[in-house]
Amino acid sequence: MQTSAPKVVEMQDCSIAFGGIHAVDHASLDLHKGEVVALLGHNGAGKSTFIKLLSGAYKRDSGTIRIRGEEATINNPRDAKAYGIETIYQTLALADNVDTAANLYLGRELRTPWGTLDDGAMESHAREVMGRLNPRFQRFKEPVKALSGGQRQSVAIARAILFNAQILIMDEPTAALGPQETAQVGELIKQLKEEGISIFLISHDIEDVFDLADRVAVMKNGQMVGTAPVSDVTRDEVLGMIILGKCPPGATPGPGAVTHD
Amino acid sequence: MSDQEPTAAALGARQSEESALKRFFRATEVDTRMLGMLGALLLIWVAFHLLSDGRFLTPRNLWNLSVQTSSVAIMSTGMVLIIVTRHIDLSVGSILGFVAMIMGVSQTGFLADMFGSGSTLIWFFALLIGMCLGALIGALHGVIIAYLGVPAFIVTLGGLLVWRGAAWWVTSGQTVAPMDPTFRLMGGGPYGSIGAFWSWVVAAIACAGIVSLLYHGRRNRTRFKFPQRPVWAEVTLAAVGCGSVIAAVAVANSYPWPKGIVKRYATANNIEIPEGGLFIAHGIAVPVLIAICVGIVMTFIATRTRFGRYVFAMGGNPEAAELAGINTRWVTTKIFILMGILCAIAGAISTARLNASTNAQGTLDELLVIAAAVIGGTSLGGGVGTIVGAMIGAVVMQSLQSGMVLLGVDAPFQNVVVGIVLVLAVWLDGLYRRRSI
Repeated sequence: MQTSAPKVVEMQDCSIAFGGIHAVDHASLDLHKGEVVALLGHNGAGKSTFIKLLSGAYKRDSGTIRIRGEEATINNPRDAKAYGIETIYQTLALADNVDTAANLYLGRELRTPWGTLDDGAMESHAREVMGRLNPRFQRFKEPVKALSGGQRQSVAIARAILFNAQILIMDEPTAALGPQETAQVGELIKQLKEEGISIFLISHDIEDVFDLADRVAVMKNGQMVGTAPVSDVTRDEVLGMIILGKCPPGATPGPGAVTHD
Repeated sequence: MSDQEPTAAALGARQSEESALKRFFRATEVDTRMLGMLGALLLIWVAFHLLSDGRFLTPRNLWNLSVQTSSVAIMSTGMVLIIVTRHIDLSVGSILGFVAMIMGVSQTGFLADMFGSGSTLIWFFALLIGMCLGALIGALHGVIIAYLGVPAFIVTLGGLLVWRGAAWWVTSGQTVAPMDPTFRLMGGGPYGSIGAFWSWVVAAIACAGIVSLLYHGRRNRTRFKFPQRPVWAEVTLAAVGCGSVIAAVAVANSYPWPKGIVKRYATANNIEIPEGGLFIAHGIAVPVLIAICVGIVMTFIATRTRFGRYVFAMGGNPEAAELAGINTRWVTTKIFILMGILCAIAGAISTARLNASTNAQGTLDELLVIAAAVIGGTSLGGGVGTIVGAMIGAVVMQSLQSGMVLLGVDAPFQNVVVGIVLVLAVWLDGLYRRRSI
């Protein structure tokens, strides 16, 4: 893809261990402006953990993260948000007992000049953003636990794009959705990319990945197998990377790649 | 004609008839669960009234009920926030006991020496010392729970023992009495009530508050072009709200001072007692007024501030709150600080009412407070609860106890009934919630 575009994220040699388990082992990955990079791998390959080092949910043991060329200190989710990094977690991370607007603004509530919550303004903006994603959505007064899977997903996505994120992390954003809603999320990703937003996409659906991503990055056993532009590899080759850890000719191998005999 | 199928219009009419009640609830946006609780309370009151040959629903009994409820009601507002965040506080009774003892000792001791005994500054500083101490104890509990990761159950179980022991240790178990006369006003009684005139003033302010809240809400909805409540619904809400306030004040104002105190008061102020006796109304008791203020402030904190929003979000999904960048540990600590302050206020009221600090003060209050919060709809699963609900829960608990005392039920059997009611209430609440979602 447009390798001329500047790098917005550079993760280098990042590691984190839980007890004796190296969940992420010296993994590196870059993301350019307006690029969609799909992160693939088996369950337990370390994708979500790797991405949580960037979102601030976990603190890395070693390695550096550069954001827009500058070394970044990301120790908690607040730090990441300050860099314009927003995350849609696989679990959605919604507070089930409060309504849509409260979830969208959680941790960043709008306030009146008297310092009280400005629920009116928050609901008003929530209606605007949700209207773009899911025009038929009207259940603003209900706690999000009453919403359908797709509606909850829309809330999680709306929260990520509400604050003009520059870097978006999407962990299985379509796992809970039906075909129609999945297509909708696909459209949204393309639209965000148009707007110059850079996206890390974790997905199990190889078709989705080839449709949406510019590059794929494959992880196995906490290590980076390799990265490749989607135009230079076939679906089977990517599956080979995921299952066997074998890097095809079109890919740049990482430390986790199985060397050829 | 009659054997024909009903026309669509007729069907529609029937449907709208069936759901008239539902439509009413939707239009007024009242919480049906809260309404159910008020209905249950009313039922308890009427039942006791009938069983006691009309001694329950009298100004005297209701006034006493309100005073007796204050202390537990105040603490229950803090317990709501604690239970909402999936914690528990078993130490509130002991904190109350210890802080009350310190407030007692300081006003009879160094505060009296400093300002001269009988000074009106004493009550203020005694209360201030109590609230600071309560905040410190709460902060200690909060820090251990939030930062050291010890479960709240254990920390506050420890607190239950520690602070009860500490209360004993302050005076080696001796009761401290009497309290400063101004401080005693916080406990109620004829002098610790604000009288008929000021009670009506409070009622007027409350009614103005209700109307302005409704008006403000309406204006806000217009501003953001949200759907409005129908005007009739707003008028109904205003009428019911103001009506309840006026009725409550009318009851408080129809409870006269006892004759002996009237006589003493009359001689002290050179008032001649007329033929039919002098009627001086109690009006709203000071502790009740304090409890109402606490309720309003706590409702404001819970619903209108960031802190309150975080408390509920943390209760709903602690992980999500953390990922949203909320400093959940600090919020937890603040909740326990708040609880400590509320224990101190409740302690001041109970000390003032007893006119003494005793070693056993507040014993088993933690259970009443937790029960009040839970009966009031606070879910032990976290994330759900209201301040008003907990305060009504406290009134329910106190009504049961007062009612049984009035009926001459033996104390051990009173506990049996309260225990059964608690379990029953939570079961019914669970049924209601499962059906409504």
